[in-house]
Amino acid sequence: MRLALLGGILVACTCAIAGTFVVLRGLAFVGDALAHGVLPGIATAMLLGFSGIVGAAIGAAVMMGGVSVVTRKFRLSGDTAIGLLFVGMLSLGVMITSRSSSFVGDLARILFGELLGITQSDLAWQCVALAIVAAIALVSRRPFLLLSVDDGLARTSGFSARLFHNVMLTMVAITVIASFQTVGTLLVLGMLIAPAATGSLFARRIESMMLTAAIVGSLSTYIGLLISYHYDLAAGASIVLTAVVIFALAAIANEIRKSRSHDHHDHEHPHVHGEVHVR
Amino acid sequence: MTSIHASALAIGYGKHPVVDNISISLQPGDLLVLIGTNGSGKSTLLKTLAGLIDPLHGDLTLLGSPAGQMPTRVAYLPQHPVSSHTLPLCVQDVVAMGRFAHLGLFKRSTDRDRAIVLESMQRTGIDSRANEPIRDLSGGQQQRTHLAQVIARQAEILLLDEPTAGLDLNGRKAVAELIATERARGVTVVLATHELADAESATAVMLLAQRVVSMGSPAEALRDEYLRECFGFTQPH
Repeated sequence: MRLALLGGILVACTCAIAGTFVVLRGLAFVGDALAHGVLPGIATAMLLGFSGIVGAAIGAAVMMGGVSVVTRKFRLSGDTAIGLLFVGMLSLGVMITSRSSSFVGDLARILFGELLGITQSDLAWQCVALAIVAAIALVSRRPFLLLSVDDGLARTSGFSARLFHNVMLTMVAITVIASFQTVGTLLVLGMLIAPAATGSLFARRIESMMLTAAIVGSLSTYIGLLISYHYDLAAGASIVLTAVVIFALAAIANEIRKSRSHDHHDHEHPHVHGEVHVR
Repeated sequence: MTSIHASALAIGYGKHPVVDNISISLQPGDLLVLIGTNGSGKSTLLKTLAGLIDPLHGDLTLLGSPAGQMPTRVAYLPQHPVSSHTLPLCVQDVVAMGRFAHLGLFKRSTDRDRAIVLESMQRTGIDSRANEPIRDLSGGQQQRTHLAQVIARQAEILLLDEPTAGLDLNGRKAVAELIATERARGVTVVLATHELADAESATAVMLLAQRVVSMGSPAEALRDEYLRECFGFTQPH
């Protein structure tokens, strides 16, 4: 259980860094596609008996390369290219897994993770992934921020939008690959999005958004594991659902705070709506 | 050195020209005002000057280099800066992004960078909101923030696409003063606008309608026949 908690917290911290830029740049669909794109790689690795992490890395590389080729060569929108590759890779993954004698068990393990079966070696991999993701975010912080506003702003500031977009996708892919063991490929998106989205409700700086996301993710891991232990529920799903519930509660609290602050401001400054705009 | 030089320039997307045969020659401190209806080619020309779109053909240099090669010396304000409604950043951090072209990936921001950011916020009148999230501001205040970001680059050429959009009367006057101050420092400004009044202090005006209708001093370029051709009406006298 201690290993599971530690693994979950490492995933939460990795997802907090990558998820912050996924939320800011609006890459949720790409994140989802990457999370599913790794499925055939992991399934093949399971079938042939080599490392699932290597298989996931190959799957992610094929997914990213495929999206780039389909977008450029066939002049399709990014969303369409991602959607095509997404369902294609998912189907391929399910087909490969169906060749396994323990089809349902293997598929469930890939999609929903096996947090309680986490090993010291998995933890070591997650530490490495966290260090790599943190290093990428630190070095690329400025172009990532500019990309979050506008590709054009990044380009006119002297940064290659294409290069740093790909660096960002690589960072998301590393996060997905490192996290699938814990929460599974289906639920890793929840850990990428929900804590970072909660952070974005209150943050005024990127650093505080990441810190809030890491705290929410870690708290979700702790609460989710407790729920899973006491009620005999799936650990990964319990963690992600907790993160989504925390987001919902935080969003409601934020709305109440804003409406109270607005009422107070109206009372103190009743003239504020009298601003004249000439146009 | 000539700030912006263009000859026989054709601009557009893909292989389809939006405007061709454009000639520009601007010196430090000049103001070129681009006027035209929506879709006339104003924004396309500014994006080409900023290096975001390749010219279809013709010659184009900014400060002696091809467009897009001088990020520290050329600053561009797009028509509708995006993402401000979701960005969880305070105003001063958004303005500080204007210094990134100088800082690159690894340089640490210095006291001088912070002083430039503060001065840029003061000049656009947004300094009192420095610590507020940009998403909580009105459209006009967000526009001032993005304008401050452009000023913070301390570039030699400013490319401004409708910088007064969404601003009230005070905001529009502040932008006009800002442009005048920048020009006095030797900064070359290219301004796209729908407002004929913005052309009064210009060195040159280009009237666009998917072609160059007229180009010259405000008095020459805004003659009644050109305005009628471009907009279907003339200025009240």
